[in-house]
Order: sequence, then C-alpha cells, then structure tokens
Amino acid sequence: MHPAFSVIFLTTLIGAGQGLFLALYTGQVYSIANLLDPQDSVTFYAWGSLLALFLLALGLLASFFHLGHPERAWRSATQWRTSWLSREVIVLPVFMFFVMLYGLFNYFGLTDVLFVVRGQLPVDSTLLIGLLATLMAFALYLSTAMIYASLKFLQEWHSPLTVVNYTLLGLASGFTLAAGFAAWTHANLVGFYVGWAVIFTMLGMISRFASLYRNSRIKRLVETSNAIGVKHNRIVQKSQGFMGGSFNTREFFHGKSASFVRFMRNSFIVLVFIVPVVIMISAANAGSFHLLIVAFVVQYLGLIAERWYFFADAQHPQNLYYQANG
Amino acid sequence: MTQLALVIDLNVCVGCHACVTSCKQWNTSGWAGPLADQRPYDQDPTGTFFNRVQTFEVGEYPNTETVHFPKSCLHCEEPPCVPVCPTGASYKREDNGVVLVDYDKCIGCKYCSWACPYGMRELDENQKVMKKCTLCIDRITDESLPERERKPSCVLSCPTDARLFGDVHDPDSEVSVAIREQGGYQLMPEWGTKPANHYLPRRKAKIQIHEDELDRADNPLKKEAPLPAAEGETLDDVAW
Amino acid sequence: MLDPTTTSDKALGRQEVKKTTCYMCACRCGIKVTLRDGEVRYIEGNPDHPHNQGALCAKGASGIMKQYSPARLTKPLMRKANAKRGESAFEEISWEKAFDIIHERLEHIRKTDPKKFALFTGRDQMQALTGMFAKQFGTPNYAAHGGFCSVNMAAGLIYTIGGSFWEFGGPDLDRSKLFVMIGTAEDHDSNPLKTAIAKFKRRGGRFISINPIRTGYSAIADEWVPIKPGTDGALLLAIIHEMIKTGLYDRDFLVQYTNSAELVINDPKSDDHGLFKRVEMHYEEGCFDPENKLWWDRDLNVAMGTHTPGCDPYLLGEFELDDGTPVKPAFQLLKERVEEYTPEWAEDITGIPAETIKRLAHEMGVTARDQKIELPIQWTDTWDNDHESVVGNPVSFHAMRGLAAHSNGFHAIRALGILMTILGTVDRPGGFRHKAPFPRPIPPCPKPPKGPEGVKPETPLDGMPLGWPADPNDLFVDEEGEPVRIDKAFSWEYPLSVHGLMHNVITNAWRGDPYKIDTLFLFMANMAWNSSMNTEKVREMLTDQDEEGNYKIPFLIVADAFQSETVAYADLVLPDTTYLERHDALSMLDRPISEYSGPVDSVRIPVVEPKGECKPFQEVLIELGSRLGLPAFVKEDGSRKYRDYPDFIINYETSPGSGIGFLAGWRGKGGEKFLKGEPNPRQWEMYANNNCVFHYELPRSYQYMRNWNKGYLEWARAHGMTRYVEPITLHLYSEVLQKFRLAAQGKRPGKQPPENLKKRVETYFDPLPFYYEPLESKLIDTQEYPLNALTQRPMAMYHSWDSQNAWLRQIHTHNYLYVSPKLGDAKGFSDGDWVWVESPHNKIRCMVQFSESVEPGTVWTWNAIGKASGAWGLSPKANESQKGFLLNHVISEELPPCESGRHISNSDPVTGQAAWFDVKVKVYPCAENEPEVTSPQFKPQRKVPGQDAKRGKWQLFFAGMFTKK
Ligand SMILES: Nc1nc2c(c(=O)[nH]1)N[C@H]1C(S)=C(S)[C@@H](COP(=O)(O)OP(=O)(O)OC[C@H]3O[C@@H](n4cnc5c(=O)[nH]c(N)nc54)[C@H](O)[C@@H]3O)O[C@H]1N2
Ligand SMILES: Nc1nc2c(c(=O)[nH]1)N[C@H]1C(S)=C(S)[C@@H](COP(=O)(O)OP(=O)(O)OC[C@H]3O[C@@H](n4cnc5c(=O)[nH]c(N)nc54)[C@H](O)[C@@H]3O)O[C@H]1N2
Ligand code: SF4
Ligand code: SF4
Ligand code: SF4
Ligand code: SF4
Ligand code: SF4
Ligand SMILES: [Mo]
Repeated sequence: MHPAFSVIFLTTLIGAGQGLFLALYTGQVYSIANLLDPQDSVTFYAWGSLLALFLLALGLLASFFHLGHPERAWRSATQWRTSWLSREVIVLPVFMFFVMLYGLFNYFGLTDVLFVVRGQLPVDSTLLIGLLATLMAFALYLSTAMIYASLKFLQEWHSPLTVVNYTLLGLASGFTLAAGFAAWTHANLVGFYVGWAVIFTMLGMISRFASLYRNSRIKRLVETSNAIGVKHNRIVQKSQGFMGGSFNTREFFHGKSASFVRFMRNSFIVLVFIVPVVIMISAANAGSFHLLIVAFVVQYLGLIAERWYFFADAQHPQNLYYQANG
Repeated sequence: MTQLALVIDLNVCVGCHACVTSCKQWNTSGWAGPLADQRPYDQDPTGTFFNRVQTFEVGEYPNTETVHFPKSCLHCEEPPCVPVCPTGASYKREDNGVVLVDYDKCIGCKYCSWACPYGMRELDENQKVMKKCTLCIDRITDESLPERERKPSCVLSCPTDARLFGDVHDPDSEVSVAIREQGGYQLMPEWGTKPANHYLPRRKAKIQIHEDELDRADNPLKKEAPLPAAEGETLDDVAW
Repeated sequence: MLDPTTTSDKALGRQEVKKTTCYMCACRCGIKVTLRDGEVRYIEGNPDHPHNQGALCAKGASGIMKQYSPARLTKPLMRKANAKRGESAFEEISWEKAFDIIHERLEHIRKTDPKKFALFTGRDQMQALTGMFAKQFGTPNYAAHGGFCSVNMAAGLIYTIGGSFWEFGGPDLDRSKLFVMIGTAEDHDSNPLKTAIAKFKRRGGRFISINPIRTGYSAIADEWVPIKPGTDGALLLAIIHEMIKTGLYDRDFLVQYTNSAELVINDPKSDDHGLFKRVEMHYEEGCFDPENKLWWDRDLNVAMGTHTPGCDPYLLGEFELDDGTPVKPAFQLLKERVEEYTPEWAEDITGIPAETIKRLAHEMGVTARDQKIELPIQWTDTWDNDHESVVGNPVSFHAMRGLAAHSNGFHAIRALGILMTILGTVDRPGGFRHKAPFPRPIPPCPKPPKGPEGVKPETPLDGMPLGWPADPNDLFVDEEGEPVRIDKAFSWEYPLSVHGLMHNVITNAWRGDPYKIDTLFLFMANMAWNSSMNTEKVREMLTDQDEEGNYKIPFLIVADAFQSETVAYADLVLPDTTYLERHDALSMLDRPISEYSGPVDSVRIPVVEPKGECKPFQEVLIELGSRLGLPAFVKEDGSRKYRDYPDFIINYETSPGSGIGFLAGWRGKGGEKFLKGEPNPRQWEMYANNNCVFHYELPRSYQYMRNWNKGYLEWARAHGMTRYVEPITLHLYSEVLQKFRLAAQGKRPGKQPPENLKKRVETYFDPLPFYYEPLESKLIDTQEYPLNALTQRPMAMYHSWDSQNAWLRQIHTHNYLYVSPKLGDAKGFSDGDWVWVESPHNKIRCMVQFSESVEPGTVWTWNAIGKASGAWGLSPKANESQKGFLLNHVISEELPPCESGRHISNSDPVTGQAAWFDVKVKVYPCAENEPEVTSPQFKPQRKVPGQDAKRGKWQLFFAGMFTKK
C-alpha cells in the first residue's frame, strides 16, 4: 500500500493521545487506590488532558487531509453499523469529548466525592468520566485497528496482532509522553510512567515482532492465476492497459526500493523500541524531563516509520493486476 | 432478485480496447461523468477509466498464451467495498444488484478501494470522489432507448461480442447459459465476494488426422500415371 | 445524486443523432453520432450498417477527442519569409492567398513540364479523386500509400487469382472450418475481421496463426506457429510440396478453373520457352487472357483445346506436340519447382519443425477434401455448363503485411495464392471470397502511359498514373529503358509497382534522380516521420539546399488536419477538416467496403461545423482543378463546372454520359438505378436516409465462383464493373512474369531492361514462386546484425494519428522494444533496461521489455508510437518523444550498392513494395552514464498559429459543457 502521511499522522497522534489519557487516568486510579500520591487536578490532569486533546485534535486534523471532501466528513458517521471507519469517526470525537470533560472537571475542581464504593473507593465525577473515556479509548484503538484488520484481503493486516499492536504502541507512546509530562510538572510519577512505558514498549515489541514474523511467512491466498483465472505457474503481466499510471498504481504501491523498506523497518525497530527504552531507563532515576521528551520524540518518529512500514508492507491483492513495468 | 452482470469471454477477446474507450465516452458525458484526464497532452498522462484491458503472458516460448484481460467492477454479490464505506456513498442497488457510488455523499476517503480485492475502483483525482463501472446504469435502465440499445456501452461496441450482459440470477438468461455451458468462472472466489461478473475461459479447437485419411483410393495422383499401354502378347492372345 | 434510473440522458440537453462513417481508421465503420447541444456526446457503431453491424473499436470510440485535440490545424499557413524549412515558423494567410500561390505555381508547371508537380497521398481514401486530379493535371507523379503499404499483397494475388486480401477480398469465416492467418496484426477490415474471427471460434472452427509474434488476433488462435520473419515463402512452398506429394489437392478445380493443365512450351532454346502453347482459335476481341491454349487429354493421349467438352487432361507429365514442341502442363512445372522445397528444408529456414509443416499441410488438405460444403445454388459457368450447386472447401486464409512487407513478399504471396488454388478455395464458400469490383482480369485493364510522350504540357496524362502492366511493353520507360516517374515505378527496377513507390519520392526528388521536381504536394501523409524509411536523413533532405541556397525540393505543400512532423517542413500548410466535419465518398472507383455478397460504398456527411478555417481537402482540389482549368473540372467555356464537392460527387461522370460516378447507389434521375445511371440530384439525401451506405446484394447465384460465373460477369459488365465476360482463370503459372523474364533474356521484341538490371529481372520474374532470402540480408553482414526488427499495428492507435488523442495516448504513451528474455541473457541486459538497436544504417536508443510471445530471433515494437518532440500538440516532454521511439530510423530506403545499381530501393524487385520488415539489427545495452531518453532526439517542434493554447493540467469532457481547468 501507499503510506499516506495523513493516515500515518492520524493513527500515531491519536494513538499517543489515547495512551496519554490512559496514563493520566491510570495515575488517577492508582492514586485513588492510594498506591500513588495524588496529583494536582489542574496542573496535572487538566493540562495533561489538554495535551492529550491537542494530540487527538492534530490527528483529527491530519485525517481531514486524507479526505477528498472534508466538508462532507460528517457523513462518515452514518454507517456505524457496518463500517469500522464510521465507528472510528464516531468514537474519536466522543472520546475527545470525554477527555475534554475530564480535563474541565479537573480544571474546575469538580472533584467532590460522589460516593464511596465498599467504603474504600471514593468515586468522584472525574473518575466516572475517566472510566467512560477509557472505554472510548479502547474502543478507538479497536476501531482504528479494525479499519485495517478487518480487510481480509490484506493478509498482513488481517490479524488480531494489528489490534494488539495499535493498542500497545499507542499505550507505549502515551505512557512515554506521560513520563515526560510528569517530569515537566514535577509530579512524582516519572518512575511509575517510565515503568509502564517500558513494559508497554517491550510488550509492543513482542507483538510487533510477532506480526513481522507472521507477515514474513504469509502464504498468499491468491496468486496471479487466481486473479485472472488461468491455471499456470508462470504468468507475467505485460501491460496494465495504460502507461502514465493510474489510481491503482498510485494508491497501492509505495514506489520505494526494497532496501528503503528494509531501512524503514530497521529504523522503527531501533527508534520505537530500543532507543526509547534505553533513554527512559537512564532518565528514570535522574527524572530528566529533557531526556524523557527525547525518548518520546524518538519513539514518535519511530512510530511514523512503523506506520509507514505497516502500509508499505501490506501487499494488496489488486497489485496482482499491476505488475507490468509498462 | 435480479443481479445484472457482464460475462467476458476470454476465448475471443483480442484486447482491442474498444470497451475501454467506449466506456470512457459514454460515461464522461453521462450520469457518472466527467471522467477527468490529468496532463492530457503532457508527460505521464493519466485519467479516470472504468474499464481497462490488460495483457498477460502465460507459459514460456514457444508454448506461450497471450491473454487479454478486460477488467471492470465485478458487481459482487457480497461486495466488501460497500459495508466499509463510512458514508453510505457506496451502495448496492436492491433492484438490479449494481454497485454504485453516490458522488454527493462520497468523502473520497478511498477506504472502499482498499476493500476491493480486485482494484476495480478509481478515485477521480479531480473531483476527489470514488468512481467505478456503473454497468452503464444510465443506459441499461433508460426506457426511452430502444431495447437493443439498453446495454452497457462496452457491450455494444465490443467487436468480438466478448462481453455478454444480463441477469446472472435468471437461469435462462444468455449470461447464465454461457456460464453454465462454457465453464464461466469468477475471479478470486477465495475471498467470498461472489463476483457477479464471470469470465469464460479459452477453448482450443483441434483437428485429428487419421492415417487412412492420407492414404486413400481417390488420391488424384492416381490419375496422373500414364495409362498402361497395350504392348506385346496378352492372355487374350494365347489362351482359349 | 439523482437516481440514475429515473431520468434519461436525453434530458441533459438538446439531443440529436446523426449518421455518418467513421474515419479514425480506414476500416470505414458506420457510426451514429449523438450530439448534445451541438457537441459530440457519444459515438456508437451503427447496428444497421453492413460493415461493422454496431461494433466500434477503441479509436472509433475516441473520435470526440480528435475534435478537441490541441494538434488541430485551423488556419492556412505560409512559412515565414525569414524562417528556414523545418523550423516550424509560420504566418497565417487567407485561403484566397493560399489558392493564389498554388495556382500560380501549378499553372506554370502545367504549361511547361507537368511532371514537375508531384502529388502523393498517405493513408487516405480519396484516391479516386486525387488520382483523377493528377491525371487531369497531366503528371504521372502520383501515388498513394499502396507502394509502401502492401502492394505485394495486391499484386501477388491479383496477378494470381484476380483478387486479393487487403480491401479486395477475404476469408469466408461464416462457413470456414480451418482458418490460417499469416502475418496479420490488425489490418484494414479491423472490426469486421474481429467479429468474424470471434464468430468463427465460437462455432468451433480451428484458427491457426503464423506469425513471429503472438499478440492481438494471434492471441486467441488455437495454435500459434512462430516463424522467422521473411521465410513464409519457404513455409508455403514446403506445404505445397507436401500437398502435391500426398495428393491433397483439388484436381477438378485445378483442371477447370486454373491454368494448371495448360501446356507450357518447354524448350529452353526457343524464344517462346515458358509461354503457353497458343493455337489458332477464335476468341473475343480485346480479351485479356484468350483461351487458345491446350490440354493433354488422358483418354485419347492427344493435345486438345482447353475446356473441350469431355476432355480430362493430365496435370502431370511431359508431352510432345505434333509440331515437335516439347510441352509440360503448368502443374508439372509447379511440381518440379517444389521438389526441392521439402518440409525438412523449410525447417532450417523457417524455424518451424518439419513435422508441424507436414501436419499443417495435412490439416489443410484433409479439411478441404473431406469437409466439403455444398450449397444448393444453381449457377452457370463461362463455358455454359450448368451447375446444380456451389461447392466449397472450407479452408480459408488471411494474410497481410507480414507477407507483404518483405522484399521476397511477392513470391511468397504468389505461393499463398497457389496454395489456395490447389486447395480449391477461391471464391467458394468457406474459402477466399472476392469483394466487388473484384475479381478483375489478370491483370486488370488500366495501364500506365507507355513512355515520356504520355506526359505533355496542358494535357491530361495519356494513361493512368497507376496501372497494371501485362507485358514489358506496358512499362513506363523512355528509349533507354529509364524511368519516367519520379518514384521510378513501372520501370525495369520495379516493373509491377502497381501502387508506385512513395517511399522513394523524397530521396529521388532530393537527388534529382531521375530528374528534379518543383512542387511536392503531400496530403494525409506523414513523410517526415512514420511513412518514410531512413527518417532522420529524409528530414535532412527536406531542408537541404543547393549552392545557391535553393531548397533541393523547391516547394512543399502539406494538407493535413494535425500538427504532424511533416507540417514543420511545409512551405504551405492547408488545414483539412476531420471526418466529422466533411463530406466524403468512399467510392467504388477507389477501394470500397464491399461485402462478399455484393458491392457496397458509403459516404460521410458532416455532423459538426468545421473548426476554425479548416476546409475539406476535396474542396481544395475542386477549387484548384477549376482554377487551373483542368478539363474534368470546367465547362467547355472554361468556367467552373462544380459548385463544390457534394455537387461534384453528384454530377461527375467518368466520361460524359457514362453513368458511372463516384457513388454507386441511388443513381438515375430519381435514384432508381445503381452502379450505372444518370446523376441524381438527391443522391446525398438518399445516402443520408440509408445509413450513409449503399449495399447491393447480388442474387445468391452470383455470389460465388465469380471468376467463372457467367451470370455474375454479365451482370458486372452490364453495371460497368468489368469490361469482359471472360473466365478469369487462376494463374498458377504466370505467363505475365515469364514475358518479363524473356525480355531480360533478350528473347522478346520491344522494351528491354538496361544492362545492369537484366539479371535482376531474369531472376525475379520467375513464372513460378521461389524462395530467396530478403534482398538486404544478402548484402549485409547478418552475423553482425542477426535479429529481425518488426513493427506491429496497435489496435488502439492509427499510425501516427492518435498521440494527440487524450484517451488513446493513455493506452500507448510510449513504446518498448519487445525481446525474448534469451536475448537479454545473452547480451547482458534486463527487463526494462535501455538498449541500443543498431542496423547497418543507423541506431536508436530505447527501452526493452521481455516477452515470451516472440520468436527469439525477432525484436519488435508497436508502430509509430514514438513522436518527434513538440509535434502533435504535445508537450516537448511528452513520453511519446522522450521514451517512445520510431523504428523507421534504422530502416533504409535504399539497398546497399549492388550490381543492379547504386540507388536501388529497399523494396521487392517485382512490385517495389517497401521492405519494412527486412531490416536486420543488433541489440546491446546502453552504457551506464547514458541519458534515459530515446535517441535520436530532434529540436522540439514549435506550435503553429491557430493551434489551441496548451491545455492545463486537467481536461474534463462533458458534452455540452467542455470545461477547461
Ligand atoms: N516502421 C514502419 N513504418 C511504416 C509501417 C510499418 O509497418 N512499419 N507501415 C507503413 C504503412 S502500411 C502505411 S499505410 C504508412 C502510413 O503512413 P502515412 O499515411 O504517411 O501516415 P499516417 O500516420 O497515417 O498519417 C498521415 C497524416 O494524415 C494526417 N491526417 C489524419 N486525418 C486526416 C484528415 O482527416 N485529413 C488530412 N488531410 N490529414 C489527416 C495525420 O495528421 C498525419 O499527419 O506507414 C508506413 N510506415
Ligand atoms: N489499429 C490500427 N489498424 C490499422 C492500422 C493502424 O495503424 N492501426 N493501419 C492500417 C494499415 S495502413 C495497414 S497497411 C494495415 C496493416 O495491417 P497488418 O498487416 O495487420 O499490419 P502490421 O501491424 O504491420 O502486421 C504485420 C504482422 O505481420 C507479422 N510479421 C512480420 N513479418 C512477418 C513474416 O515474415 N512472416 C509472418 N508470418 N508474419 C510476419 C507481424 O508480427 C505483424 O503481426 O492495418 C491497417 N489497420
Ligand atoms: S472490446 Fe471486446 S475484444 Fe476488445 S478488449 Fe474489450 S472485451 Fe476484448
Ligand atoms: S469488484 Fe470491487 S468494487 Fe466492484 S463490487 Fe466487487 S469489491 Fe466492490
Ligand atoms: S471513498 Fe467514498 S465511496 Fe469509498 S468508502 Fe470513502 S466515502 Fe465511501
Ligand atoms: S458496463 Fe458501462 S461502465 Fe461498466 S465497463 Fe462497461 S461501459 Fe464501462
Ligand atoms: S475500425 Fe476504424 S472505422 Fe471502424 S470504428 Fe474503428 S477506427 Fe472507426
Ligand atoms: Mo498501410
């Protein structure tokens, strides 16, 4: 497939935004459970939510560049019954709405305890809103990933690993950012976030490696012989029927050399997994905001490469009809 | 229920591209038009077409088959391109099974094209909406046209009649009979898309020559030998 | 969006449907043009037209884009006074001025030496008019594309069976069982042929294609027989060998309808050696092929007049006539000729296994013999025998330029004619069928002038510019035996060049050999590009000047519809209309679109207004003819006779009162007559009301065996289609050729070849076909240049015409050289690489594509996709000029100097057919640092005044509202 930058930015930005929110909320839940110190709702949760919203909004903005007719984007919410894309389109703003509420409630300090569960767990409105937002965050990971995973012809994508990867890599980048954010706000959650960020990054690495391994051994369900219905093991296309290119040759091919694709794969392995983990571990003790931000930026760049590779790696069966060099 | 479709006979398709440009001309000025052309007189011209004819080579010299392969939307009965569309722009008609795009609803997200395993959809880069073969919906349903012209443009123009058009759900239709009797097949049935369009395979006519057909009593060469001349004695002369 | 089922397309604007005839190619399909608000909305095949029956090809369906092409010329142009030829710097002038310039020039030429005016036309369909104009003007220097196209096909078969493929006849695929197609990619009858092949295959017929390349039609063949180019003669002779050896020939047919049994004088010492023994016998005055010849009767063992009732002649044997003359039946000579041509011999030459050759012979012979078709159609032959039925041997052939465009093509095609003859498949059901006005006498009657005296100032030419020599004395040569025509047609160099040699005109005129001309007028011919051989040099010749700075070809007029490469070289450019803007008559006097069932002609009627100042070329000729006072165009008092072209078409008669005009349909005062009859003032209207086509369906009894069908021939004579009711006996043995050979041997009175050509004429004028290597191959190092380079017609492009068509150029934007992967392996290049293709004359750089559908010793490309930078309204960077290439640069128009002469055309020595497909090349990879662009490149050609401005990035055509963006 041709990696579209709009989609790369959309998925990586909202993935990180979702992860960041989930990190904030995890922090809140831990603190409510008295496992961590509570944080200032304005500086940490409200501004944190704003940061998450910012990423989500950027992602949303990027997605508009993908559309031929952004002015009609609203229509894309209508087919939620069948279309994962439609579901994403619905879930994303709903999620953003809850994140915003979450931020506003925190900002305005509307955090009075509403009730206490089993006498131990004090529940306030932000916890409830956060819970709903969390559900939405996971629904969004699912929707986004299912846009790709549901296309059974795209064998590289058609796997639960796609959902797992989108989720874990989103969480990893979100928690990495949360660690940096914690350092910036001088919240004493850096170690906590770094810990989870490393865990998610490592889990993400495992699942991403699993998908790389899977994809490297994919048995193609169709070959040119199925594509044109002629049984032979040597079928070569000689002409595509036009020579100046078409939508089919632009949309479904990355147009880069195999070595460039390999380079992108190696880059993302290093940038998404190895470098951030090393930086974070070394930064964790020092609590260095700068290093943690570097870790996030590196990981984010890595994710761009990862997403690029995710698209470039996918062999669309339509390409069977577009193999000629003429 | 009616399912209109094309049946394309690879046994006679000579790859002339008539279906390609007749499709273009009908549709560019019709319901689905215009079909934009980019850089029409410049480097790397490209444009929107609903139908393309490709060429494949099968086997190695001298046992090569050259296969011309026309390619347009197959109007799948389980069209994966339809449910994925977030706007409902992509739809399959209830009345005749034709899969269409409503340009007014389409946001040009291209998702349906990803979902079509056959590469039969093309984004019109000028109008930024998804386009594809409409089965000439604005011809085939136009009752003001005489019956014989109520066919897709590509079908009418095809010099070899390699393109049949009709209802594949009607067992007695020309297309169903052709599919049944001539080994009609679908493209990549593995995906479960149930393409309504079918293709008919190549068939080979052979002649069997038997030994005795080359060695016959009526061989005209026998007339060319000089007639045996009457010379010398015969039994007639000596026997009684 | 509106539900498409609820409204009609008709609601989108004011709609009209007009009928006319397509001319996106020479096939001439009937079309219906739908207009919306006056703009072309849709072009469809006319289902009521006999030719295409509703089919339309890729080109035909792209006619709209021709109307809007930025390559359209719209103004008469004159080369700027200070500009050089080839610079493409023009100024607009008025038509009046253009006519004045031409008139003045031509009037002077006509008064002094008419042959200094040369009119050559390309792939047009107006030869009836252009040829008549030339004759009236008095110049012999006229020809159309035939000489560089397929004259071998015309001459080879017309001199053998009185008809041919091409536009003259074809295979009866409705009834055939075995169809063998040789060297055909697309051909003129594009749509009908495709339709017929498809039907044939559906009926279960067996289709064999003999071609070095498997694309197009060959792709759907049941069997592909890859052959080495230029070797078909060997294959066909070997098949004939096998058929004679196994007795798989139609003896009765050979005896009755061919000259197989006729006795040939077999006395090498005699001056009449190789001629038929002629005896005193009464025959019709003016007869072209008198039957005063002999058979040898089997029963009585004596010679008898041919067709003596009851006579059953020998086909084989050797006899002595009463007067002591040794004779042999023609068939015996054929048998002796093919003795050495065994399948094993042919295997080495053709690359086709001997077993396959034998099997082909057996398949043909057994099918012809055992699957006879008998139609219950009564007919009477020219010897007054009544037949209860028409019998057919259902084996048919089609062949085109793969046979024709070689310098050994004439004899290969003769061999094919003979193969069809011995199979007994000529004008019979399931075999070859003629199209009116064929069959014609062998050879047809028109003759070129007999010598320089045929060309006189202010006098029409004495003879036809193009004709059919039957005898050396019919040659158009001077006292010394030297050519009179600028292209040297009908000279001893190419005696039967019945379509001229357009491919040598520029070279000869430039060199002044045989003389210098003044004005060259090119119509619909892209001679500075794809219809010239040695194109790079030819372009130089067009701009070459003598010491005084005069152009060696002093004045060049180009009438074209588009900014072709040739336009750049014109001194005067006349913008023609397109086919949708003009009247045209596709006349029986030219090459009509007849059906097997009878004559058909057709017309074009304008459906839209001419663009800009475009003027139909026909109007130009009529205007010039009137201004020059050419007899056919003026009244006795010298005043103009015809208002315009439509008026001319209605009222012109070949001679006063002949009743024969350009159109055959609806003649007679009220349109009640056909073929022959007085002019009908409402003729155009009647064509318009009848799908623009006239089809006369012959009675069934006149539809077959027309060479010998008395009823048909009488009908044809009555309707002015032929001059004689005489049997057109098939020339298995060609006495016509033998006469030229005897002349070369000094055995005949009259015209004799010059010394240097004696051997050539003697060799190639063999009365029986023989195989020889293409001429060029004999003169160059074929070890060094081992590969054959070919071109093929792409179905979606017509010659150079269609790169300006926004839709068609997307299909063929540039071209590749297709090669066997084996060649790449051997020479060290890969699929998609840039290579050099080098012949002994020139070289080109291009890209290769590997293909398994090509005979490994052959490389090929699609014809004329490559364009000169800037031409055809395209951007100078367009792929056509940067990645596309023209093979013509490596093809030479002349042979290397040889004993026949220093400037012998690279053509068939019998017919002057351009030997496009003889070129031999080598292919090798480009160096690393070479630019990835085709070579040669030319300085970008400038646009001319009147061309549409450069289109933007987008073109959105929607009829009725063509928007630019
Ligand atoms: N290498 C190679 N060369 C070949 C051949 C080959 O097989 N291989 N084939 C040869 C053969 S068979 C042929 S017939 C020739 C054809 O060669 P030509 O007849 O010389 O060339 P065309 O490209 O047909 O176009 C001639 C011109 O006609 C113009 N034209 C098109 N329509 C109209 C019209 O309506 N009016 C006017 N006035 N002009 C118009 C075009 O713009 C073009 O400039 O090419 C020959 N050249
Ligand atoms: N679409 C389209 N149609 C056209 C034209 C066009 O330009 N475009 N041009 C028209 C004109 S002017 C003409 S003359 C006709 C020509 O019609 P064709 O005769 O079909 O012309 P070519 O494409 O030159 O095809 C020649 C074929 O002969 C094969 N061949 C070459 N050498 C040999 C050989 O030695 N032996 C054998 N057996 N085969 C050989 C080639 O591979 C090729 O398939 O087409 C007409 N129709
Ligand atoms: S028009 Fe017919 S023969 Fe030509 S490419 Fe299309 S399907 Fe094949
Ligand atoms: S061929 Fe593709 S576009 Fe057409 S219906 Fe099937 S899936 Fe949809
Ligand atoms: S491109 Fe248009 S038709 Fe396709 S999925 Fe998107 S909105 Fe639907
Ligand atoms: S059915 Fe109509 S839209 Fe579809 S390919 Fe044919 S002509 Fe084009
Ligand atoms: S074959 Fe020639 S005449 Fe017929 S539709 Fe095509 S371009 Fe027109
Ligand atoms: Mo031609």
